[in-house]
Amino acid sequence: MKLLKVTDLTVTLATSSGDAQAVRNLSFDLGHGEILGIAGESGSGKTMTALSLLGLLPYKGRATGSVFFDGREILASSKREYRDIRGKDIAMIFQDPMTSLHPMLTVETQLTEHLRHHRKVSKDSARQIVLELLNTVKIPDPAAALRAHPNQFSGGMRQRIAIAMALACEPKLLIADEPTTALDVTVQAGILKLLHQLRDERKLSIIIITHDLGVLSSLADRIMIMYAGSEVESGKTSELLTQPRHPYTKGLISALPGLSQDGKLLTSIKGMPPELGNFASGCAFHPRCAFAESSCSQALPPALDISDSHRIFCPINPFAQKSDITS
Amino acid sequence: MKEILNLKDVVVEYERHGQKIRAVSGVDLTLKSGEILGLVGESGCGKSTLGKAIVGILKPTVGEVTFDGMKVKKLTRGQRPKHLRNLQMIFQDPYGSLNPRRKIGSQIIDGLLVGGMKKAAAMEKAVEFLARVGLPKDANDRYPHQFSGGQRQRIAIARALAAAPSVIIADEPISALDTSSQAQVSNLLVKLVEEFDMGMVFISHDLSIVRRISDRVAVMYLGKIVEIGTTTQIWENPSHPYTRALISAIPHADGSSFMPSDLPGDVPNPMYPPTGCRFHPRCPVALPACAINEPEFVTLSDSRKVACVLQKAGTPPNSMIIPG
Repeated sequence: MKLLKVTDLTVTLATSSGDAQAVRNLSFDLGHGEILGIAGESGSGKTMTALSLLGLLPYKGRATGSVFFDGREILASSKREYRDIRGKDIAMIFQDPMTSLHPMLTVETQLTEHLRHHRKVSKDSARQIVLELLNTVKIPDPAAALRAHPNQFSGGMRQRIAIAMALACEPKLLIADEPTTALDVTVQAGILKLLHQLRDERKLSIIIITHDLGVLSSLADRIMIMYAGSEVESGKTSELLTQPRHPYTKGLISALPGLSQDGKLLTSIKGMPPELGNFASGCAFHPRCAFAESSCSQALPPALDISDSHRIFCPINPFAQKSDITS
Repeated sequence: MKEILNLKDVVVEYERHGQKIRAVSGVDLTLKSGEILGLVGESGCGKSTLGKAIVGILKPTVGEVTFDGMKVKKLTRGQRPKHLRNLQMIFQDPYGSLNPRRKIGSQIIDGLLVGGMKKAAAMEKAVEFLARVGLPKDANDRYPHQFSGGQRQRIAIARALAAAPSVIIADEPISALDTSSQAQVSNLLVKLVEEFDMGMVFISHDLSIVRRISDRVAVMYLGKIVEIGTTTQIWENPSHPYTRALISAIPHADGSSFMPSDLPGDVPNPMYPPTGCRFHPRCPVALPACAINEPEFVTLSDSRKVACVLQKAGTPPNSMIIPG
């Protein structure tokens, strides 16, 4: 059985101009020890998807649908039940570790606190567990690190500490929201390696959220591309990046500076992503799409399976054909 | 192509808690008209400080910046010398660099008014600049908050254009933007450089975009340029171990599951720079001598300059194997 199965997740947020759907009818699943990448531009709903799994939606935010995690439905959990899930079963790390670590507490206090709460271990054994964790995430001199405060570490080291904190209660699922966006490439590479290693050694399932397809190419087994709160395409990393079938995915990939090398100009998608509450009707991408037909503005397009692991939500574009790749 | 910008031994020091921090320590650079020079390095290497020193926001402690044959002096509250009007800078954060309480039009024409133009004529000009960067006419009468990040960066570019720049220093101009806007704004900059025969220093930590648009690349580490050459030279055959490390840390978005290599350690505190070669504590091929002697900047046979003891002047770049 899959570790996580999300069905028809819809997240509604309260904005100054009324309710707006930030995530719309999203369905996806995640296997044990699998790394799923969720990619999209800002406002595509990728972070709201993650927050709804943890019951951390902003004030007046509501999620409907179903989130089946580790054999039970969790979307309807009470605040109290979510408190037991968060940190223990599902852990999350964020873009900026300086804001997720408490600046006034020592690393030891922060790392052992929820460990003692969730696992009811003694102070000394909590300390032992945390020392090992700091070793796992490759913090030099873990004993000294325990006595230090977050500001004494560099960005990369802080992110490693945040990962150690997330791992303390041995969660089954780690959600990483733009974990390397604030870091230099040289440091980013180290964090990517670490996440990969954690998956291999601990069979940890990971959802990584980013706008950087390069990061996902290194790390993810599968990628889901989101636009205006909906999935537009998902598939195995290599297949999706080499043979994208949705016009938006194709646009995102050809806008990358790395691949083609003719001249200084990049291939850009015209227009810009819509803001919350202003999503176009039907397929939200149709105003920017080169292949749009009149039917595109009418109804949400149905899913089309390219292969058993690759699907798009655009049945009409010229690339929307079944794949001869068997996977 | 004529040389439009020249930096000679530029040193910039900050003072913090009574101690001097050398953010930029001795940089020589030149920039020609119509050229894009990429300036890359990790955060804290001094690339933004150098950018600010070029336009005169900061005063170099030692050394000088020459723009179009004249020395750049530090900006003061008073009027900026006329000849420096054509030296412009755009910043990473278009939210922070536009005044939220002034209409777009009035912010754009500042540069034209300083140039002595009448207000009505300047307003007409502003519409032209807005059209040039791809914004509608009515943007003139709106405020910055009514635009998205990409549009705001276009406004900042239009404002720089109003001063008829011959050099633009662009400090991470696309880093804060979405993928869609990144490609659009980067294309706009490339086209403007060509159209107006400007020189541009493109400061960025994103090496793949630098590779795509720059003619030359300068790699900076802890206040010093460690390698400079044409983009092709740097990319196809990086000769400084740091350049190699930077390039091999870039993920490839090609679905190949290529795992980039990290560079252990952090950029050292510029308050206490390492002895000898500044990169030696993190260098995978460091020799004992590297901790003692600071390497000289030598010109290799392919006219690229590099500061590493493993490279000898006048010889072809020496390939080194980086373990990893």
